[in-house]
Amino acid sequence: MAVRREIQGIDRPEALADALRAAQYLADPELATAAYLALALGKPLLLEGAPGVGKTEAAKAIAAVLARQLIRLQCYEGIDAAAALYEWNYPGQMLAIRQAGEDYLNIYADRFLIARPMLRALQEGASSVLLIDEIDRSDQEFEAFLLEFLSDFQISIPERGTVRATDRPVVILTSNRTRELHEALRRRCVYHWIDYPGPDREAAIVMMRASTVARATADAVVAAVGRLRAEPLAKPPGIAETVEWAEAATLLHDQGADWPLAFRRAIGVAIKDQDDLAFLGDRLDGIIAGAAA
Amino acid sequence: MTGALDLPRAALPFVSFAPVLRANGFAVAPEQTLTFVEAVGLLGPRGMADIHRAAVACLAPAPERRAEFDALFRAHFLGQTVAADARGDGPDEEVWIGEEADGTVELPEPEEQNEAGAQATGSEVLSRRRFPALGEAEALRRFRRAAPGRLPRRRSYRRAPAKAGDAWNMRRTLRQAVRTDGEVMSLPKLRRKWRQRRLLLLIDVSGSMKQTSDAHLRFAHALVAAAERAEVFTIGTRLTRISRALRLRNREQALERAADVVADWDGGTRLGDALAAFLSVPRFVTFARGAAVIVLSDGLERGDHRTMVEAVARLSRSAWRLVWLTPLAGAPGFEPQTEALAAVRPHLDAIGDAGSIDRICTQVLDLARAAA
Repeated sequence: MAVRREIQGIDRPEALADALRAAQYLADPELATAAYLALALGKPLLLEGAPGVGKTEAAKAIAAVLARQLIRLQCYEGIDAAAALYEWNYPGQMLAIRQAGEDYLNIYADRFLIARPMLRALQEGASSVLLIDEIDRSDQEFEAFLLEFLSDFQISIPERGTVRATDRPVVILTSNRTRELHEALRRRCVYHWIDYPGPDREAAIVMMRASTVARATADAVVAAVGRLRAEPLAKPPGIAETVEWAEAATLLHDQGADWPLAFRRAIGVAIKDQDDLAFLGDRLDGIIAGAAA
Repeated sequence: MTGALDLPRAALPFVSFAPVLRANGFAVAPEQTLTFVEAVGLLGPRGMADIHRAAVACLAPAPERRAEFDALFRAHFLGQTVAADARGDGPDEEVWIGEEADGTVELPEPEEQNEAGAQATGSEVLSRRRFPALGEAEALRRFRRAAPGRLPRRRSYRRAPAKAGDAWNMRRTLRQAVRTDGEVMSLPKLRRKWRQRRLLLLIDVSGSMKQTSDAHLRFAHALVAAAERAEVFTIGTRLTRISRALRLRNREQALERAADVVADWDGGTRLGDALAAFLSVPRFVTFARGAAVIVLSDGLERGDHRTMVEAVARLSRSAWRLVWLTPLAGAPGFEPQTEALAAVRPHLDAIGDAGSIDRICTQVLDLARAAA
């Protein structure tokens, strides 16, 4: 595995952070360092964090910075090789056998092979970023299988032999940590735990994503969201919720609602769980008023 | 084999950080050390911040143990002393090195074998409170034998070849057709497999459950060993995850370890708060989703029980079955006497007797049958 100091003009973590900012993603120095190291060392990047802290967004931004195509594999319980690797086009093969009659036919030719995300990433290694999203949703069989893929970057297809990547694709894994990943998987990767951003950075993210929002509104929303995240909620608001809340409140304000009221009425985009709303109850007004002040 | 490692002097501090971490219970692979050294080289390094970031990214400490990791980092690279107890208070997140290292085969142990009692403080509580439950060892042994066949199951999302099924096995059909010149002679089928459901066991270890909590822990150990996927928490004044400790094969070791992890033996009861705490960690809620949830508690909640009712209602909504086993329920047809238990009754699928281990085992094994 070759260590490359420079990847497409990026030779330092700061350079990557700048490039990510140009791609509308504000990365903190730790994330930029981890991502740079993953790229330079040719290792997969494992991003863990609570739902809604921008793990998938980070992967998209990295793909954009590298000007590569993002191939996304969404994991789910029961995901198997047919969904992740490849599958044969069985009806096509069957028809072809019938049509061929006495002629020779290679039913394992390329035209019958349906490449799924992991095989595609191998075939287009130099021009793709493979995002394996929410790996914690998959089961342990799949994790073990992934381990093999990530160590050798090859796939064996019994009918065809081994497909090996000429260039290794950039691989990014994300996990919500609903279960612990296997130690061996963590070892293979460069690891980063994404936390909720600090108030300043989150306000900057809001400003960057939502052009209509005023700085004061962004600060108020970020402060309110910070307090909400401190509560034991089932679904704490993520960054996307912060941005949407700021946008929604701005919209309502433009239509004539007063500030605390605009925040209050737009709460549906930030808290999306009836139990949570009931739990907050009357205190919600206090939290919003305190943040807007 | 080559002799001594020929390391550049500059790499020494980075390489020697790994043993420090290992000594403190972090699992660090040689591969990770190598990555760390390479990473430091790549970054310059221009300062301590670079080295620290490289260490975090490459050596991957669990987020709960970051504070501890950072303290060790400072001690190693900056020569500062480690704070007295830097260990993060995330419950049960420490890595137990040398787990199952003895490699012994699990042997059913006779009940009163720990008479010597020469054990450390944590387990003393356990060993001293051991009471001779008649037939407990036998009940647990029978439970383990019966569990694989009788614990509740659900359909898996994966399909496997089967005689009769609900989907065509295209791969096999094609292979057979190739043999017969493209003629399809039979249509093999696929069927969804069965998997064991997740089990979540919540054990009340507060003062009012003093008499039974250690027997309950022994049951928990048997459950973790017998079930494919089981999670165990103790609830009292705090919420503690003890599944990892219980995964040790040897029961005495496992219980000793669990006793060390739990800090609130025989304390007060704040069931509602403990359950709410459980529900506020998304990772833990996942353990309950679609699972058979078993609560071993007398449901004696001090003060207002509104939080408890809300928490139980939420738990019940994400669980497949929620069963409350209480030592207070002796006779069949028992109706809860305590106010809190009566209030949560509508959210429970069943309320049962936790009077003896034998009774608990039977009811857990009958979960699947009761649901059918």
